[in-house]
Amino acid sequence: MEITSPSFKDNARQAMADADLQRALGNVEKGFIEKRAKVVAKLPEFEDLRDSARDIKNHTLAHLDLYLEHYEKKVTEAGGKVHWAADAEEARKAILDICKSVGAKRVTKGKSMISEEIALNAAMEASGMEVVETDLGEYIIQLRGEHPSHIIAPAVHVNKDQVEADFRRVHSQLPPERNLDAPESLLAEARGILREKFLSADVGITGANFLIAETGTSIIVTNEGNGDLTQILPRIHIVIASLEKIVPTLEDVSQILRVLARSATGQEFSVYTTLSTGPKRAEDPDGPEEYHVVLLDNGRSSMIGTEFQDMLRCIRCGACMNHCPVYHAVGGHAYGWVYPGPMGSVLTPSLIGVEKGGQLPNASTFCGRCESVCPMRIPLPKMMRHWREREFERHLSPSAVRWGLGAWAYAAKRPKFYQLVTRIGALALNLASRNKGALRWWPLAGGWTKYRDLPAPQGKTFQQMWADKQKGARS
Amino acid sequence: MSSRDTILATIRRSLDATPGDRTRAATVASRLADAPSGIIPARGQLPDDKRIKLFAKMLEDVSATVERLSDVNDLPGRLAEFLKGHNLPPQIVRGEDEMLSTLPWKNAKTLEVKVGRADGTEMVGLSRAFGGVAETGTLMLASGPANPTSVNFLPEVHVVAIRAEDIAGDYESVFARLRETYGTGNMPRTFNLITGASRSADIEQTLLLGAHGPRRLHVMIVG
Amino acid sequence: MAKRTRATKSKTQGDDETPIGFKTGDSVALFVTCLVDMFRPSVGFAAVKLVESRGGEVAVPRAQTCCGQPAFNSGDRDTARDIAKQVIAAFERYDHVVVPSGSCGGMIKKHYPELLADDPQWAPRADALSAKTHELVSFLYDVTGMTECHETFEGSVTYHDSCSGLRELAIKRQPRRLLESAGVNIVEMKDSEVCCGFGGTFCVKYPDISNTMVGKKTGNIAATGAGTLLAGDLGCLMNMAGKLRREGIDIEVRHVAEILAGMTDEPPIAGSHEDHDGGL
Repeated sequence: MEITSPSFKDNARQAMADADLQRALGNVEKGFIEKRAKVVAKLPEFEDLRDSARDIKNHTLAHLDLYLEHYEKKVTEAGGKVHWAADAEEARKAILDICKSVGAKRVTKGKSMISEEIALNAAMEASGMEVVETDLGEYIIQLRGEHPSHIIAPAVHVNKDQVEADFRRVHSQLPPERNLDAPESLLAEARGILREKFLSADVGITGANFLIAETGTSIIVTNEGNGDLTQILPRIHIVIASLEKIVPTLEDVSQILRVLARSATGQEFSVYTTLSTGPKRAEDPDGPEEYHVVLLDNGRSSMIGTEFQDMLRCIRCGACMNHCPVYHAVGGHAYGWVYPGPMGSVLTPSLIGVEKGGQLPNASTFCGRCESVCPMRIPLPKMMRHWREREFERHLSPSAVRWGLGAWAYAAKRPKFYQLVTRIGALALNLASRNKGALRWWPLAGGWTKYRDLPAPQGKTFQQMWADKQKGARS
Repeated sequence: MSSRDTILATIRRSLDATPGDRTRAATVASRLADAPSGIIPARGQLPDDKRIKLFAKMLEDVSATVERLSDVNDLPGRLAEFLKGHNLPPQIVRGEDEMLSTLPWKNAKTLEVKVGRADGTEMVGLSRAFGGVAETGTLMLASGPANPTSVNFLPEVHVVAIRAEDIAGDYESVFARLRETYGTGNMPRTFNLITGASRSADIEQTLLLGAHGPRRLHVMIVG
Repeated sequence: MAKRTRATKSKTQGDDETPIGFKTGDSVALFVTCLVDMFRPSVGFAAVKLVESRGGEVAVPRAQTCCGQPAFNSGDRDTARDIAKQVIAAFERYDHVVVPSGSCGGMIKKHYPELLADDPQWAPRADALSAKTHELVSFLYDVTGMTECHETFEGSVTYHDSCSGLRELAIKRQPRRLLESAGVNIVEMKDSEVCCGFGGTFCVKYPDISNTMVGKKTGNIAATGAGTLLAGDLGCLMNMAGKLRREGIDIEVRHVAEILAGMTDEPPIAGSHEDHDGGL
């Protein structure tokens, strides 16, 4: 997909001017936050489970090579096949080759952000296949020709009326006079249309929330059951997963599952957590005949051992964006690539380069709300700051910023000079305010005064008054 | 070098690890063999009766319906009543599960029972759960001829029978039993953890039941 | 009012420092903060009054400018380190360091040790300074054991939880307890824990997003009907006050220290002498 992250500011401005989008974003602020808070309050062990989940992933990342090797061995033993893909192109090729090997015409898909990352749909369609997204949200945005704006609620930017219009446009085989007022009727219509697709698909592609080294198992976590119909009905099940999804054992995944749904949707547990291991067994009456796992690196192995390693603990729950006031203001598309919100602000520069993704880690107030809810305790603000450091080191920050920072630093390191400058500044601003208490405009403060008044200083600096007071006390 | 080798080499370089390092290998081997449990919430750690009650309550909290049968042989009759009570046709599909196969199905004369996988034409599927978890009201179902996975997802209504003694407090206890049944490191093709009926909140974050899987989940606790 | 003992001393998340004792006559250095120094010295004097009321001997080291956060958050670690060292050298000789800002306090307490962790000479000095540095209200309540405020304040207030104070230093109940003891009626706003959109340089680098954020905040503030908005960070206060004034919403904005010290003679933030005096 086209990367528009460098024009984040313009994207954001457009998003904030889009009334439909702003209405839809209101749903994020309301629902997710309250639900999470409620369900977390019901589990006294939640904070300890966060520590446990963090420790499991840290341990796994420290032994990632070994767990991946064991995982591959177990997948093979169970009759499946692992395809290692160093980058997006290799992953696409692996999947296309499997599909072509059976002459696949129709492919159903469960929700997968990795599939977005490698731009899989476009590649498959270019090869003449029909690709059907089966998660309701993904289906909606596929009809609209859009990309997800949220990692667990891909169509969160779309309002019900828009869905109805899209369904009427695309499902033209259905009677035009049908009533689609209720959201239930939209769901029922999608269910009917997609049921046919499930039953006639040649290949089913799902993502994976986790891979278990102990058993060679892939796990998907869903509420709709679409991922299950995607993977049990077609002849071939392909799992596309990035390599940091691995955890050692069933016990380990149990720990992390306890924080996943609660953090993501505010549920105690998601409706369907499905563990898949290999193809169907000889005696099984259903299930896929072939099971493939495409294991994607795409730059992740190089994040290990750097200040960005902690990001590989991410389980894609979306809690960071659900709680992010910047995400609430601009929505997911403004971030300009696959991953929005705080996790996207850290991950995007890692995957597409800081030259293109550098705006994102800058667009944060470091309010820390994301880190406070991250089930994996990823220090997101700290890592955004690390990106700013890389930018600064490589002289990628805008020159006005560097110049301003340099002038400020010169003064800040020279207290006497600094105090002289601030005395003049405070007095000048105070006089300019003409006793009104604030200024509506001030040179070089346009970013501030465009939207708000600048409170005027009281006149003298504290240091000045304190010195006067000390002098007065002595005399 | 293959992509596999390149990726593993990059990881080792990033970790400053040497291939064949015995200490690291031993750490991983013992972790996989011991599979240590982490934190088990106190919530599900209850005596039998309370645990089963919690299991039922957690399921009801996610819009499932639950009934308890003291005698497993009552299942066919109670199932027929359930179907009638919900205006469902007296037809079900189920696998070859041992417990389900030995029930007195003739007691429910009107009930038509198809044995095998579901194909999307059936309204009601009946499965037997491998285990249950009181902590969150989660059913755990293992695939195979006894309980084909398609029965869990294709019918409009999913009825799941579970023996009371198979309901544990936590996931870990059921996973331990799974290892005993299938052998350490082995799994059935599909192992489903099911907590409620299919749902979606993808339209304006409004929760709707019956997205792609069953619209209704009914659980019969036996014993 | 709940009784407070040493055992209930609030601790910040992940912070395993041992409580620092406070006794009358201890030297307390005031880190004024750049914004209070230049824009609102009255907050500094309120802090001095409060610390003195607890028996602290206040000093104001001359060699202070800023905590270095603008450099730190802009990716300029070298400058941030230089300024951190300057602050450490100027403040480490005192028993306690008090900061009337959760943001600058968090910088000294949380980020100096991180910035200087690899410097064998400075790391222990940064850790030592961190251990004795406190945000003002947390110092009063958690360290000196102040539970009652003897000033009185008429009218209702709403309190904005500034992000750094809340999440880095666990400041939430302390100002509320002290305000309530002064008879202040606190009307909680919706989303008091959500960022106001200031974010230091953020508000000028991303003015449009910052504006959306502060616009939501001022809406929530106005909806409380409270007459006064309080917070513990001047940056956030100037942002909200500037927006309230631009929107023509008539709510007095003050630093919490001004109320606790009973120093409300100065006009509120972004308020004029004319309006303020006219009201008397």
